[in-house]
Amino acid sequence: MKWRKAKLVEGTFKALMLGSVAVVMGSLVLILATVVWKGVAALDLAMLTQVPKGGYYLGKEGGILNAIVGSLYLAGGATVLALVFALPIALYLQFYAARSRRAELVRLALDVLWGVPSIVYGAFGFIIMLWLGMRASLLGGIIALAFLELPIMVRGMDEAIAMVPPALKEASYALGATRLQTAVRVAVRQTAPGLLTAVLLAFGRGIGDAASVLFTAGYTDRLPDSLLSPAASLPLAVFFQLGTPFPAVQERAYASALVLTAIVLALSLLSRRMAGRLAKHVIR
Amino acid sequence: MYEPQIRIHDLNAWYGKEHALKGISAEIPARQITAIFGPSGCGKTTLLRSLNRLLEEVDGTRVTGQVWLDGLAIYGRGVDVTEVRSRVGLLAPKPFPLPMSIYDNVAYGRRIHGMHGRLDKGNGRNLDRVVERYLRAAGLWEEVQDRLHAPASGLSTGQQQRLCLARALAVEPEVLLCDEPTSALDPISAQRIEDQLVALKEGMTIVIVTHSLQQARRLADHVLFLWMGVLVESGPGAEVFRAPRDERTRAYLAGDIG
Repeated sequence: MKWRKAKLVEGTFKALMLGSVAVVMGSLVLILATVVWKGVAALDLAMLTQVPKGGYYLGKEGGILNAIVGSLYLAGGATVLALVFALPIALYLQFYAARSRRAELVRLALDVLWGVPSIVYGAFGFIIMLWLGMRASLLGGIIALAFLELPIMVRGMDEAIAMVPPALKEASYALGATRLQTAVRVAVRQTAPGLLTAVLLAFGRGIGDAASVLFTAGYTDRLPDSLLSPAASLPLAVFFQLGTPFPAVQERAYASALVLTAIVLALSLLSRRMAGRLAKHVIR
Repeated sequence: MYEPQIRIHDLNAWYGKEHALKGISAEIPARQITAIFGPSGCGKTTLLRSLNRLLEEVDGTRVTGQVWLDGLAIYGRGVDVTEVRSRVGLLAPKPFPLPMSIYDNVAYGRRIHGMHGRLDKGNGRNLDRVVERYLRAAGLWEEVQDRLHAPASGLSTGQQQRLCLARALAVEPEVLLCDEPTSALDPISAQRIEDQLVALKEGMTIVIVTHSLQQARRLADHVLFLWMGVLVESGPGAEVFRAPRDERTRAYLAGDIG
Protein backbone atom coordinates (compact mmCIF):
# COMPACT_ATOMS: atom_id res chain seq x y z
CA MET A 1 0.00 0.00 0.00
CA LYS A 2 2.81 2.33 0.93
CA TRP A 3 4.49 1.64 -2.36
CA ARG A 4 1.35 2.57 -4.31
CA LYS A 5 1.01 5.85 -2.48
CA ALA A 6 4.59 6.79 -3.26
CA LYS A 7 3.97 6.01 -6.90
CA LEU A 8 0.82 8.13 -6.92
CA VAL A 9 2.63 11.10 -5.37
CA GLU A 10 5.52 10.69 -7.80
CA GLY A 11 3.10 10.59 -10.75
CA THR A 12 1.13 13.63 -9.58
CA PHE A 13 4.23 15.75 -9.14
CA LYS A 14 5.64 14.65 -12.45
CA ALA A 15 2.41 15.67 -14.17
CA LEU A 16 2.48 19.00 -12.34
CA MET A 17 6.06 19.69 -13.41
CA LEU A 18 5.46 18.69 -17.00
CA GLY A 19 2.30 20.80 -17.03
CA SER A 20 4.21 23.86 -15.81
CA VAL A 21 6.92 23.36 -18.41
CA ALA A 22 4.20 23.04 -21.06
CA VAL A 23 2.63 26.34 -19.93
CA VAL A 24 5.96 28.16 -20.23
CA MET A 25 6.89 26.69 -23.58
CA GLY A 26 3.33 27.12 -24.81
CA SER A 27 3.20 30.82 -23.98
CA LEU A 28 6.58 31.39 -25.65
CA VAL A 29 5.36 29.67 -28.80
CA LEU A 30 2.05 31.56 -28.71
CA ILE A 31 3.76 34.93 -28.31
CA LEU A 32 6.22 34.21 -31.11
CA ALA A 33 3.44 32.86 -33.32
CA THR A 34 1.26 35.92 -32.76
CA VAL A 35 4.09 38.33 -33.51
CA VAL A 36 5.15 36.43 -36.62
CA TRP A 37 1.62 35.82 -37.87
CA LYS A 38 0.49 39.42 -37.47
CA GLY A 39 3.75 41.13 -38.30
CA VAL A 40 5.51 39.19 -40.98
CA ALA A 41 3.33 40.63 -43.77
CA ALA A 42 4.44 44.17 -42.93
CA LEU A 43 8.08 43.20 -42.60
CA ASP A 44 10.04 44.15 -45.70
CA LEU A 45 13.44 45.58 -46.50
CA ALA A 46 12.16 49.16 -46.32
CA MET A 47 10.97 48.52 -42.78
CA LEU A 48 14.51 47.66 -41.72
CA THR A 49 16.47 50.16 -43.80
CA GLN A 50 14.41 53.36 -43.81
CA VAL A 51 13.36 55.89 -41.25
CA PRO A 52 9.68 56.95 -41.19
CA LYS A 53 8.79 59.18 -44.12
CA GLY A 54 5.96 61.72 -44.14
CA GLY A 55 2.66 59.94 -43.50
CA TYR A 56 4.35 56.77 -42.20
CA TYR A 57 2.02 56.65 -39.24
CA LEU A 58 -0.91 56.86 -41.62
CA GLY A 59 0.30 53.78 -43.46
CA LYS A 60 2.58 55.39 -46.04
CA GLU A 61 6.26 54.79 -46.83
CA GLY A 62 9.15 54.42 -44.49
CA GLY A 63 10.50 52.03 -41.86
CA ILE A 64 11.65 51.73 -38.28
CA LEU A 65 15.40 52.06 -38.75
CA ASN A 66 15.28 54.99 -36.31
CA ALA A 67 13.90 52.70 -33.60
CA ILE A 68 16.24 49.79 -34.39
CA VAL A 69 19.34 51.99 -34.28
CA GLY A 70 18.01 53.92 -31.29
CA SER A 71 17.31 50.75 -29.31
CA LEU A 72 20.72 49.26 -30.08
CA TYR A 73 22.43 52.49 -29.03
CA LEU A 74 20.30 52.88 -25.92
CA ALA A 75 20.54 49.31 -24.65
CA GLY A 76 24.14 48.87 -25.84
CA GLY A 77 25.26 52.10 -24.20
CA ALA A 78 23.34 51.34 -21.02
CA THR A 79 24.79 47.83 -20.83
CA VAL A 80 28.36 49.11 -21.20
CA LEU A 81 27.72 51.84 -18.62
CA ALA A 82 26.10 49.39 -16.18
CA LEU A 83 28.96 46.93 -16.69
CA VAL A 84 31.51 49.55 -15.68
CA PHE A 85 29.80 49.72 -12.28
CA ALA A 86 28.39 46.22 -11.94
CA LEU A 87 31.61 44.22 -12.11
CA PRO A 88 33.42 46.23 -9.41
CA ILE A 89 30.34 46.06 -7.18
CA ALA A 90 30.03 42.29 -7.62
CA LEU A 91 33.75 41.75 -6.99
CA TYR A 92 33.57 43.99 -3.94
CA LEU A 93 30.62 42.02 -2.57
CA GLN A 94 32.37 38.69 -3.01
CA PHE A 95 36.00 39.51 -2.30
CA TYR A 96 35.99 42.38 0.17
CA ALA A 97 32.62 42.43 1.93
CA ALA A 98 31.96 38.66 1.77
CA ARG A 99 29.19 37.78 4.22
CA SER A 100 29.36 41.03 6.18
CA ARG A 101 26.33 43.08 7.15
CA ARG A 102 27.39 45.76 4.73
CA ALA A 103 27.27 43.29 1.85
CA GLU A 104 23.82 42.13 2.88
CA LEU A 105 22.68 45.75 2.97
CA VAL A 106 24.00 46.33 -0.55
CA ARG A 107 22.25 43.16 -1.74
CA LEU A 108 19.00 44.26 -0.13
CA ALA A 109 19.27 47.65 -1.82
CA LEU A 110 19.88 45.99 -5.18
CA ASP A 111 16.90 43.69 -4.74
CA VAL A 112 14.70 46.67 -3.92
CA LEU A 113 16.03 48.50 -6.99
CA TRP A 114 15.31 45.40 -9.08
CA GLY A 115 11.68 45.64 -8.03
CA VAL A 116 11.32 49.36 -8.77
CA PRO A 117 8.98 49.81 -11.79
CA SER A 118 10.81 51.13 -14.83
CA ILE A 119 8.49 54.15 -15.14
CA VAL A 120 9.94 55.28 -11.80
CA TYR A 121 13.46 55.14 -13.24
CA GLY A 122 12.14 57.15 -16.19
CA ALA A 123 10.50 59.76 -13.97
CA PHE A 124 13.55 59.92 -11.70
CA GLY A 125 15.86 60.33 -14.69
CA PHE A 126 13.59 62.98 -16.12
CA ILE A 127 13.68 65.03 -12.92
CA ILE A 128 17.46 64.85 -12.77
CA MET A 129 17.64 65.90 -16.42
CA LEU A 130 15.33 68.86 -15.83
CA TRP A 131 17.49 69.84 -12.90
CA LEU A 132 20.63 69.67 -15.07
CA GLY A 133 18.88 71.52 -17.88
CA MET A 134 19.16 68.52 -20.22
CA ARG A 135 16.60 67.65 -22.88
CA ALA A 136 15.38 64.20 -23.80
CA SER A 137 18.42 62.58 -25.39
CA LEU A 138 20.28 59.38 -26.14
CA LEU A 139 22.53 60.08 -23.16
CA GLY A 140 19.58 60.58 -20.83
CA GLY A 141 18.03 57.33 -22.01
CA ILE A 142 21.30 55.45 -21.64
CA ILE A 143 21.70 56.65 -18.05
CA ALA A 144 18.12 55.80 -17.07
CA LEU A 145 18.39 52.35 -18.67
CA ALA A 146 21.75 51.77 -16.99
CA PHE A 147 20.08 52.32 -13.61
CA LEU A 148 17.40 49.84 -14.61
CA GLU A 149 19.97 47.25 -15.72
CA LEU A 150 22.43 47.67 -12.86
CA PRO A 151 20.67 45.59 -10.17
CA ILE A 152 19.99 42.74 -12.59
CA MET A 153 23.59 42.68 -13.72
CA VAL A 154 25.12 42.96 -10.26
CA ARG A 155 22.96 40.25 -8.73
CA GLY A 156 23.64 37.92 -11.67
CA MET A 157 27.38 38.50 -11.34
CA ASP A 158 27.22 38.21 -7.56
CA GLU A 159 25.63 34.75 -7.86
CA ALA A 160 28.13 33.71 -10.52
CA ILE A 161 31.19 34.78 -8.54
CA ALA A 162 29.83 33.12 -5.41
CA MET A 163 30.29 29.81 -7.23
CA VAL A 164 34.10 30.14 -7.38
CA PRO A 165 35.45 27.20 -5.34
CA PRO A 166 37.15 28.45 -2.14
CA ALA A 167 40.11 26.17 -2.91
CA LEU A 168 40.66 28.01 -6.19
CA LYS A 169 40.82 31.36 -4.43
CA GLU A 170 43.21 29.82 -1.90
CA ALA A 171 45.42 28.50 -4.70
CA SER A 172 45.83 32.07 -5.88
CA TYR A 173 46.32 33.51 -2.37
CA ALA A 174 48.89 30.81 -1.63
CA LEU A 175 50.97 32.06 -4.55
CA GLY A 176 51.05 35.48 -2.92
CA ALA A 177 48.29 37.08 -4.98
CA THR A 178 46.31 39.93 -3.47
CA ARG A 179 42.53 39.91 -3.32
CA LEU A 180 42.34 42.23 -6.31
CA GLN A 181 44.67 40.06 -8.39
CA THR A 182 42.70 36.97 -7.43
CA ALA A 183 39.39 38.66 -8.23
CA VAL A 184 40.44 40.06 -11.59
CA ARG A 185 42.77 37.36 -12.89
CA VAL A 186 41.17 34.23 -11.47
CA ALA A 187 37.53 34.80 -10.48
CA VAL A 188 36.61 36.78 -13.60
CA ARG A 189 38.06 34.10 -15.88
CA GLN A 190 36.54 31.28 -13.90
CA THR A 191 33.08 32.84 -14.01
CA ALA A 192 33.26 34.47 -17.46
CA PRO A 193 30.31 32.46 -18.85
CA GLY A 194 28.15 33.42 -15.86
CA LEU A 195 29.20 37.07 -16.09
CA LEU A 196 28.28 37.08 -19.77
CA THR A 197 24.85 35.67 -18.95
CA ALA A 198 24.32 38.43 -16.39
CA VAL A 199 25.26 41.06 -18.98
CA LEU A 200 22.92 39.57 -21.55
CA LEU A 201 20.06 39.33 -19.09
CA ALA A 202 20.49 43.01 -18.30
CA PHE A 203 20.71 43.91 -21.99
CA GLY A 204 17.51 42.00 -22.68
CA ARG A 205 15.70 43.84 -19.92
CA GLY A 206 17.09 47.15 -21.17
CA ILE A 207 16.26 46.80 -24.85
CA GLY A 208 12.72 45.71 -24.07
CA ASP A 209 11.89 48.54 -21.72
CA ALA A 210 9.59 51.33 -22.85
CA ALA A 211 8.75 53.28 -19.73
CA SER A 212 12.22 54.36 -18.64
CA VAL A 213 13.12 55.79 -22.07
CA LEU A 214 9.76 57.47 -22.65
CA PHE A 215 10.74 60.75 -21.00
CA THR A 216 14.50 60.38 -20.95
CA ALA A 217 15.33 59.50 -24.56
CA GLY A 218 12.13 60.82 -26.11
CA TYR A 219 11.17 59.69 -29.58
CA THR A 220 12.16 60.93 -33.02
CA ASP A 221 11.81 59.86 -36.60
CA ARG A 222 15.45 60.70 -37.23
CA LEU A 223 18.57 58.72 -36.47
CA PRO A 224 20.39 60.04 -33.41
CA ASP A 225 23.46 61.96 -34.54
CA SER A 226 24.92 62.69 -31.12
CA LEU A 227 24.56 61.66 -27.50
CA LEU A 228 22.55 64.81 -26.91
CA SER A 229 19.95 64.30 -29.60
CA PRO A 230 16.76 62.36 -28.86
CA ALA A 231 16.56 58.69 -29.84
CA ALA A 232 13.72 56.39 -30.84
CA SER A 233 13.35 52.87 -29.48
CA LEU A 234 11.61 49.68 -30.56
CA PRO A 235 9.29 49.27 -27.54
CA LEU A 236 8.00 52.81 -28.05
CA ALA A 237 7.70 52.18 -31.79
CA VAL A 238 5.47 49.22 -30.98
CA PHE A 239 3.48 51.35 -28.55
CA PHE A 240 2.92 54.29 -30.90
CA GLN A 241 2.07 52.19 -33.95
CA LEU A 242 -0.26 49.94 -32.05
CA GLY A 243 -2.05 53.05 -30.79
CA THR A 244 -3.02 54.26 -34.25
CA PRO A 245 -6.45 53.40 -35.68
CA PHE A 246 -4.98 52.08 -38.96
CA PRO A 247 -4.69 48.29 -39.38
CA ALA A 248 -1.69 48.70 -41.74
CA VAL A 249 0.22 50.62 -39.05
CA GLN A 250 -0.82 48.18 -36.34
CA GLU A 251 0.62 45.44 -38.48
CA ARG A 252 3.89 47.37 -38.47
CA ALA A 253 3.74 47.39 -34.67
CA TYR A 254 3.81 43.59 -34.73
CA ALA A 255 6.63 43.67 -37.26
CA SER A 256 8.57 45.97 -34.90
CA ALA A 257 7.96 43.55 -32.04
CA LEU A 258 9.24 40.78 -34.28
CA VAL A 259 12.44 42.73 -34.96
CA LEU A 260 12.91 43.34 -31.22
CA THR A 261 12.40 39.65 -30.46
CA ALA A 262 14.79 38.65 -33.23
CA ILE A 263 17.51 40.95 -31.83
CA VAL A 264 17.17 39.44 -28.36
CA LEU A 265 17.11 35.91 -29.79
CA ALA A 266 20.19 36.54 -31.95
CA LEU A 267 22.08 37.93 -28.98
CA SER A 268 21.13 34.94 -26.83
CA LEU A 269 22.42 32.52 -29.44
CA LEU A 270 25.61 34.53 -29.92
CA SER A 271 26.27 34.72 -26.19
CA ARG A 272 25.70 30.98 -25.84
CA ARG A 273 28.41 30.35 -28.38
CA MET A 274 30.69 32.85 -26.67
CA ALA A 275 29.99 31.30 -23.26
CA GLY A 276 31.02 27.94 -24.68
CA ARG A 277 34.34 29.39 -25.76
CA LEU A 278 34.90 31.19 -22.48
CA ALA A 279 34.16 27.96 -20.60
CA LYS A 280 37.19 26.12 -21.92
CA HIS A 281 39.40 27.39 -19.08
CA VAL A 282 36.82 26.95 -16.33
CA ILE A 283 37.98 24.65 -13.54
CA ARG A 284 35.40 22.18 -12.29
CA MET B 1 72.47 19.14 14.10
CA TYR B 2 70.53 21.24 11.66
CA GLU B 3 69.95 24.91 10.97
CA PRO B 4 66.28 25.82 11.45
CA GLN B 5 64.46 27.48 8.56
CA ILE B 6 61.26 28.01 10.51
CA ARG B 7 60.85 28.54 14.23
CA ILE B 8 57.36 28.28 15.72
CA HIS B 9 56.81 29.82 19.13
CA ASP B 10 53.72 29.22 21.30
CA LEU B 11 51.38 29.08 18.32
CA ASN B 12 47.65 28.86 19.07
CA ALA B 13 44.81 28.75 16.57
CA TRP B 14 41.07 28.89 17.00
CA TYR B 15 38.19 28.21 14.60
CA GLY B 16 35.51 30.22 16.33
CA LYS B 17 35.53 28.66 19.82
CA GLU B 18 37.34 25.50 18.84
CA HIS B 19 40.93 25.59 20.06
CA ALA B 20 42.65 23.77 17.19
CA LEU B 21 46.33 24.36 17.97
CA LYS B 22 47.52 24.56 21.56
CA GLY B 23 50.81 26.24 22.30
CA ILE B 24 52.89 24.71 19.51
CA SER B 25 56.61 25.44 19.65
CA ALA B 26 58.86 23.71 17.17
CA GLU B 27 61.68 24.09 14.70
CA ILE B 28 61.69 23.04 11.09
CA PRO B 29 65.13 22.27 9.65
CA ALA B 30 66.31 23.83 6.39
CA ARG B 31 66.64 21.76 3.22
CA GLN B 32 65.06 18.67 4.73
CA ILE B 33 61.63 17.13 4.50
CA THR B 34 59.65 17.56 7.69
CA ALA B 35 56.52 15.45 8.02
CA ILE B 36 53.66 16.47 10.28
CA PHE B 37 51.66 13.37 11.18
CA GLY B 38 48.95 12.36 13.58
CA PRO B 39 45.33 11.19 13.60
CA SER B 40 42.54 13.01 11.71
CA GLY B 41 41.53 16.29 13.29
CA CYS B 42 44.74 16.63 15.29
CA GLY B 43 45.57 20.00 13.71
CA LYS B 44 48.11 18.93 11.07
CA THR B 45 46.60 20.98 8.27
CA THR B 46 45.89 23.90 10.60
CA LEU B 47 49.56 24.00 11.60
CA LEU B 48 50.66 23.81 7.98
CA ARG B 49 48.31 26.56 6.86
CA SER B 50 49.48 28.80 9.69
CA LEU B 51 52.98 28.75 8.20
CA ASN B 52 51.95 30.77 5.13
CA ARG B 53 49.17 32.67 6.90
CA LEU B 54 46.52 31.04 4.73
CA LEU B 55 44.54 30.23 7.87
CA GLU B 56 43.31 33.79 8.13
CA GLU B 57 41.46 33.54 4.78
CA VAL B 58 38.81 31.47 6.58
CA ASP B 59 36.19 33.46 8.52
CA GLY B 60 36.34 33.24 12.29
CA THR B 61 39.91 32.01 12.69
CA ARG B 62 42.27 33.53 15.20
CA VAL B 63 45.99 32.94 15.62
CA THR B 64 48.30 33.92 18.47
CA GLY B 65 52.01 33.29 18.90
CA GLN B 66 54.75 33.77 16.38
CA VAL B 67 56.42 32.05 13.46
CA TRP B 68 59.87 33.09 12.31
CA LEU B 69 60.74 32.44 8.73
CA ASP B 70 64.50 32.75 8.49
CA GLY B 71 64.37 35.70 10.89
CA LEU B 72 61.14 37.31 9.57
CA ALA B 73 58.34 37.25 12.16
CA ILE B 74 55.47 36.45 9.80
CA TYR B 75 52.76 37.38 12.32
CA GLY B 76 54.58 40.60 13.09
CA ARG B 77 53.03 44.01 12.67
CA GLY B 78 53.19 45.45 9.16
CA VAL B 79 54.33 42.23 7.57
CA ASP B 80 53.15 41.92 3.96
CA VAL B 81 51.22 38.67 3.76
CA THR B 82 51.81 38.41 0.00
CA GLU B 83 55.56 38.47 0.64
CA VAL B 84 55.22 35.67 3.20
CA ARG B 85 53.27 33.61 0.70
CA SER B 86 55.73 34.23 -2.08
CA ARG B 87 58.45 32.82 0.19
CA VAL B 88 56.35 29.89 1.40
CA GLY B 89 54.65 27.91 -1.38
CA LEU B 90 51.75 25.49 -0.99
CA LEU B 91 50.75 22.26 -2.67
CA ALA B 92 47.12 21.52 -1.80
CA PRO B 93 45.53 18.06 -1.37
CA LYS B 94 43.34 18.38 -4.46
CA PRO B 95 44.93 20.03 -7.48
CA PHE B 96 43.24 23.28 -8.45
CA PRO B 97 44.81 24.68 -11.61
CA LEU B 98 43.96 28.31 -12.29
CA PRO B 99 41.39 28.90 -15.06
CA MET B 100 43.98 29.61 -17.75
CA SER B 101 46.51 27.84 -19.97
CA ILE B 102 49.26 25.53 -18.71
CA TYR B 103 51.84 28.19 -19.53
CA ASP B 104 49.90 30.97 -17.76
CA ASN B 105 49.48 28.79 -14.67
CA VAL B 106 53.25 28.53 -14.27
CA ALA B 107 53.81 32.19 -15.18
CA TYR B 108 51.02 33.43 -12.86
CA GLY B 109 53.08 33.83 -9.70
CA ARG B 110 55.99 35.47 -11.51
CA ARG B 111 53.68 37.91 -13.23
CA ILE B 112 51.85 38.98 -10.07
CA HIS B 113 55.14 39.44 -8.23
CA GLY B 114 56.68 41.34 -11.13
CA MET B 115 59.50 38.82 -11.27
CA HIS B 116 60.18 39.47 -14.95
CA GLY B 117 62.93 41.86 -13.97
CA ARG B 118 64.89 39.49 -11.81
CA LEU B 119 65.62 36.61 -14.10
CA ASP B 120 63.70 37.17 -17.28
CA LYS B 121 63.89 40.93 -17.79
CA GLY B 122 60.32 41.17 -19.07
CA ASN B 123 61.37 39.38 -22.21
CA GLY B 124 58.81 36.85 -23.38
CA ARG B 125 61.39 34.33 -24.46
CA ASN B 126 63.01 34.38 -21.05
CA LEU B 127 59.66 33.77 -19.41
CA ASP B 128 59.35 30.82 -21.80
CA ARG B 129 62.60 29.47 -20.39
CA VAL B 130 61.43 29.94 -16.82
CA VAL B 131 58.17 28.13 -17.52
CA GLU B 132 60.11 25.28 -19.11
CA ARG B 133 62.53 25.08 -16.19
CA TYR B 134 59.80 24.70 -13.59
CA LEU B 135 57.69 22.34 -15.66
CA ARG B 136 60.83 20.19 -15.87
CA ALA B 137 61.43 20.54 -12.13
CA ALA B 138 57.90 19.24 -11.56
CA GLY B 139 58.41 16.40 -14.04
CA LEU B 140 55.66 17.57 -16.38
CA TRP B 141 57.59 19.11 -19.28
CA GLU B 142 57.76 16.02 -21.50
CA GLU B 143 54.00 15.59 -21.41
CA VAL B 144 52.92 19.17 -22.06
CA GLN B 145 55.69 20.78 -24.13
CA ASP B 146 53.65 20.72 -27.32
CA ARG B 147 50.43 22.06 -25.76
CA LEU B 148 51.62 24.77 -23.39
CA HIS B 149 48.79 27.08 -24.40
CA ALA B 150 46.03 24.53 -23.97
CA PRO B 151 43.69 24.95 -20.96
CA ALA B 152 45.11 23.48 -17.76
CA SER B 153 41.67 22.04 -17.04
CA GLY B 154 42.31 19.44 -19.76
CA LEU B 155 45.14 17.73 -17.85
CA SER B 156 44.65 14.55 -15.83
CA THR B 157 44.49 14.85 -12.03
CA GLY B 158 48.05 13.59 -11.66
CA GLN B 159 49.32 16.05 -14.27
CA GLN B 160 47.34 18.86 -12.65
CA GLN B 161 49.03 18.20 -9.33
CA ARG B 162 52.46 18.38 -10.98
CA LEU B 163 51.34 21.61 -12.68
CA CYS B 164 50.41 22.98 -9.25
CA LEU B 165 53.89 21.99 -8.08
CA ALA B 166 55.50 23.79 -11.05
CA ARG B 167 53.30 26.81 -10.38
CA ALA B 168 54.43 26.94 -6.73
CA LEU B 169 58.11 26.41 -7.61
CA ALA B 170 58.10 29.17 -10.23
CA VAL B 171 57.75 31.79 -7.49
CA GLU B 172 61.06 30.42 -6.07
CA PRO B 173 59.89 29.89 -2.49
CA GLU B 174 62.31 28.98 0.29
CA VAL B 175 59.77 26.67 1.84
CA LEU B 176 57.22 24.37 0.21
CA LEU B 177 54.21 23.28 2.25
CA CYS B 178 52.53 20.09 1.04
CA ASP B 179 49.09 19.26 2.42
CA GLU B 180 48.50 15.55 1.76
CA PRO B 181 49.77 16.17 -1.76
CA THR B 182 49.14 12.66 -3.01
CA SER B 183 45.78 11.91 -1.40
CA ALA B 184 43.78 12.59 -4.58
CA LEU B 185 46.22 10.77 -6.87
CA ASP B 186 46.61 7.26 -8.24
CA PRO B 187 49.66 5.32 -6.98
CA ILE B 188 51.85 6.07 -10.00
CA SER B 189 51.12 9.81 -9.93
CA ALA B 190 51.67 9.77 -6.16
CA GLN B 191 55.05 8.12 -6.64
CA ARG B 192 56.06 10.81 -9.16
CA ILE B 193 55.17 13.59 -6.73
CA GLU B 194 57.14 11.89 -3.94
CA ASP B 195 60.15 11.55 -6.26
CA GLN B 196 59.97 15.24 -7.18
CA LEU B 197 59.81 16.25 -3.51
CA VAL B 198 62.89 14.19 -2.65
CA ALA B 199 64.74 15.78 -5.59
CA LEU B 200 63.67 19.25 -4.48
CA LYS B 201 64.91 19.12 -0.88
CA GLU B 202 68.43 19.88 -2.10
CA GLY B 203 67.38 23.48 -2.60
CA MET B 204 64.41 24.06 -0.36
CA THR B 205 62.72 23.27 2.91
CA ILE B 206 59.72 20.99 2.58
CA VAL B 207 56.97 20.49 5.13
CA ILE B 208 54.50 17.75 4.36
CA VAL B 209 51.27 16.82 6.10
CA THR B 210 50.33 13.21 5.66
CA HIS B 211 47.86 10.77 7.09
CA SER B 212 49.98 7.92 5.76
CA LEU B 213 52.62 6.64 8.15
CA GLN B 214 54.29 4.80 5.28
CA GLN B 215 54.65 8.05 3.38
CA ALA B 216 56.05 9.79 6.46
CA ARG B 217 58.57 6.96 6.93
CA ARG B 218 59.58 7.07 3.27
CA LEU B 219 60.05 10.80 2.99
CA ALA B 220 60.69 12.42 6.34
CA ASP B 221 64.06 13.50 7.64
CA HIS B 222 62.35 15.22 10.53
CA VAL B 223 58.90 14.64 12.04
CA LEU B 224 56.34 16.43 14.20
CA PHE B 225 53.68 14.29 15.88
CA LEU B 226 50.44 16.13 16.73
CA TRP B 227 47.74 14.84 19.01
CA MET B 228 44.53 16.81 19.60
CA GLY B 229 46.13 20.15 18.81
CA VAL B 230 49.22 19.51 20.93
CA LEU B 231 52.73 18.83 19.68
CA VAL B 232 53.56 15.58 21.41
CA GLU B 233 56.92 14.75 19.95
CA SER B 234 59.39 15.96 17.35
CA GLY B 235 62.80 14.95 16.14
CA PRO B 236 64.68 13.17 13.38
CA GLY B 237 62.34 10.74 11.59
CA ALA B 238 64.58 7.71 12.02
CA GLU B 239 64.76 8.27 15.78
CA VAL B 240 61.09 8.95 16.37
CA PHE B 241 59.94 6.00 14.31
CA ARG B 242 62.45 3.61 15.91
CA ALA B 243 62.18 4.72 19.50
CA PRO B 244 59.30 7.13 20.24
CA ARG B 245 59.68 8.80 23.61
CA ASP B 246 56.01 9.55 24.26
CA GLU B 247 53.45 6.89 25.05
CA ARG B 248 50.91 8.42 22.62
CA THR B 249 53.40 8.40 19.74
CA ARG B 250 54.22 4.78 20.51
CA ALA B 251 50.53 3.83 20.57
CA TYR B 252 49.83 5.68 17.32
CA LEU B 253 52.80 4.13 15.52
CA ALA B 254 51.73 0.70 16.75
CA GLY B 255 48.23 1.31 15.40
CA ASP B 256 46.59 1.14 18.84
CA ILE B 257 45.10 4.63 18.46
CA GLY B 258 44.00 6.21 15.25
